[in-house]
Amino acid sequence: MRSFSLALLAVILATPALANRVFVSNERSNDITVFDSESWEVIGTFPAGNRPRGIAISPDGKELYVCASDDDLVRVYDPETMQETHTLPSGPDPELFVLHPSGNPLYIANEDDNLVTVVDTATRQVLAEIPVGVEPEGMGISPDGKFVINTSETTNMAHFIDTETYEIVGNVLVDSRPRFAQYNSAGTKLYVSAEIGGTVSVIDPATREIVKKIGFEIPGVLPEAIQPVGVRVTQDGKKVYVALGPANRVAVVDGETDEVIDYLLVGQRVWQLAFTPDEKYLFATNGNTNDVSVIDVQADKVVKSVPVGQQPWGVVVAPNGP
Amino acid sequence: MKLIASAAAAVLLAALPLVAQEAPTTEATKLRAAVLRIDRQALPPVSRLDAVPENLGFAGATLATEDNATTGRFMGQEFVTDTVAASPENAVQALDGILGAGTKFVTVLADDATTLALADRARETAPDALIFNALAQGDNLRNADCRANVIHVTPSRAMLADALTQFLMWKKWGRWVLMSGSHPSDQALKAAYQASAKKFNAKIVVEKEFADTGGSRRSDTGHVLVQRQIPVDTQFGEDYDVLIAADENQVFAGYLPFQTWDARPVAGSAGLRARLWSPALESWGATQFQNRFEKSTRRPMRDEDYSTWLALRMLGEAATRTGSTDPMQLKQYILSPDFAVAGFKGEKMTIRDWDHQLRQPILLATDNIVVSVSPQEGYLHQVSQLDTLGTDRPETACKLDKG
Repeated sequence: MRSFSLALLAVILATPALANRVFVSNERSNDITVFDSESWEVIGTFPAGNRPRGIAISPDGKELYVCASDDDLVRVYDPETMQETHTLPSGPDPELFVLHPSGNPLYIANEDDNLVTVVDTATRQVLAEIPVGVEPEGMGISPDGKFVINTSETTNMAHFIDTETYEIVGNVLVDSRPRFAQYNSAGTKLYVSAEIGGTVSVIDPATREIVKKIGFEIPGVLPEAIQPVGVRVTQDGKKVYVALGPANRVAVVDGETDEVIDYLLVGQRVWQLAFTPDEKYLFATNGNTNDVSVIDVQADKVVKSVPVGQQPWGVVVAPNGP
Repeated sequence: MKLIASAAAAVLLAALPLVAQEAPTTEATKLRAAVLRIDRQALPPVSRLDAVPENLGFAGATLATEDNATTGRFMGQEFVTDTVAASPENAVQALDGILGAGTKFVTVLADDATTLALADRARETAPDALIFNALAQGDNLRNADCRANVIHVTPSRAMLADALTQFLMWKKWGRWVLMSGSHPSDQALKAAYQASAKKFNAKIVVEKEFADTGGSRRSDTGHVLVQRQIPVDTQFGEDYDVLIAADENQVFAGYLPFQTWDARPVAGSAGLRARLWSPALESWGATQFQNRFEKSTRRPMRDEDYSTWLALRMLGEAATRTGSTDPMQLKQYILSPDFAVAGFKGEKMTIRDWDHQLRQPILLATDNIVVSVSPQEGYLHQVSQLDTLGTDRPETACKLDKG
């Protein structure tokens, strides 16, 4: 039965697509839901090892990387056929990772071992293991690829790692349980979310100083429920979107003033975010309602909910085809 | 009889050598703390799975010290923790030894009366020292007998009872039978359930005491007698929803599930229990925390390990936030409204300024699964939902002498 559906999926996916494919990792059902970024129709679902969480795609759209946390490795899929092509060593319990803008290497946070593992995606070899703070989690990379940022959840720091030397060159103390690190495309601001602290720190990467802390207040929502996790910034840097976890909202932040403009009601336990390449839509995974909210970026409106697998965690959109 | 055994917890460094980012540490940037555990002679537990490990509590301290040290590498701070086990008779002497060496932060694992005695001793001999209460759940310690030099890391009986009651009321299981043990701590727990029932409008239809008549806990085919006796002991003649056991000393509660006369669930000291920690918890990043602990200790984490971990992490958090290891600066910061600590329970934990109790979510768990976490949805509060658990500001009988 499964082989039949996979074969069918392969046929469907092999046909030329007009839109982009959206890949959602479902932490509990151990699979990836694939849907179309324009029609929001689910194309199919395929197994993805044990506890798939972090998900990324190569800049050329040819390799899909999935952190299979309970398998202690990264699974690599052909996004066209949905077949697993190979695996990459990741170190234990990989949760989140970030690709170098060139597509190689891959920087992986190992929560259990207080390490960041650097893996060559071509040779499939571990290039380095970098000791960081307790429970490394969030991973970001500067647009020029010179610095990779790791956040450690119990140490509460953003570590700046030099991608040439693999040495930590700076540490910025942020609020409690930092989850995610995201640069704007100009490389002038680094946003670090703190789940328990309830804030997003805006860091100047040049001075490595916090220039602002974005706080969130939503009428009728308990302050404890406001737990910022995923962060995405529009290409022009003008809007920043922050997933607020159990607050069931995505915050829209002005990327110039770093003030909150709006809160968009989404599903429950909203976790990670991804734009379409044209930034027309933003997708948000809702872990407790098993769906993905589709946000119209121009209008800042939630326009659709797409049912996916159980406990959706990460989301990535394929780049425009070559 | 166990006498004082002292061991300095090793500060382990990461497996791989560190490079340029390591900052040098000196005596001035070293923070020394201690864990004092008072061991009382006790019968073996009803279940052999609950046998007390040698390093109970100390293992949590070791992990916290490692966690603090990892962060300390980036801050130029070093953390040392001494662990001391003593008998009740030698408790004060052991505390004197710790304070005499200049240590200002002592995490204490002891019963209510011993904790109070140690707090008073510390106030006399080292007025600037701070005691972290990691075991004693007495509500008197948060009310009439509160002390300004104590921070209660472990929840009170009232918090635990309220956490369970909120869940039972959410289930609409409001008619209770309350069976309590005969020891003073069982009676204190019974009082906590009575107060909680009143607070959340549950009705206790029958109260019954189960006297501890002593005797061996182990006997071959003991279940045969239990199976005959417990149904008889649980004929209450009233309809009820749930049987609550207040049996901190684990004399009878463990035998109740599946042996009651009526088909009713058991909660409290057996069945569904309100706990500060569960080795089954996987939410909020707890899996990684449990893994780290089990890797080094080779057993699941106990409540005592969690509370010593949390106490020492509070110190580490204060050292990181203030950039200091000066005890007085740390103490001031921990007692300030700015202080908060994360502990894998889904939200930040802060200290109540009226009785120095750490606000925290309470887990409702069976032996191998987390069933729910309180406070429950719908129990609202004007300041913090966590203050729906335990003694709130308007009810407190605590007057802290902050002088």
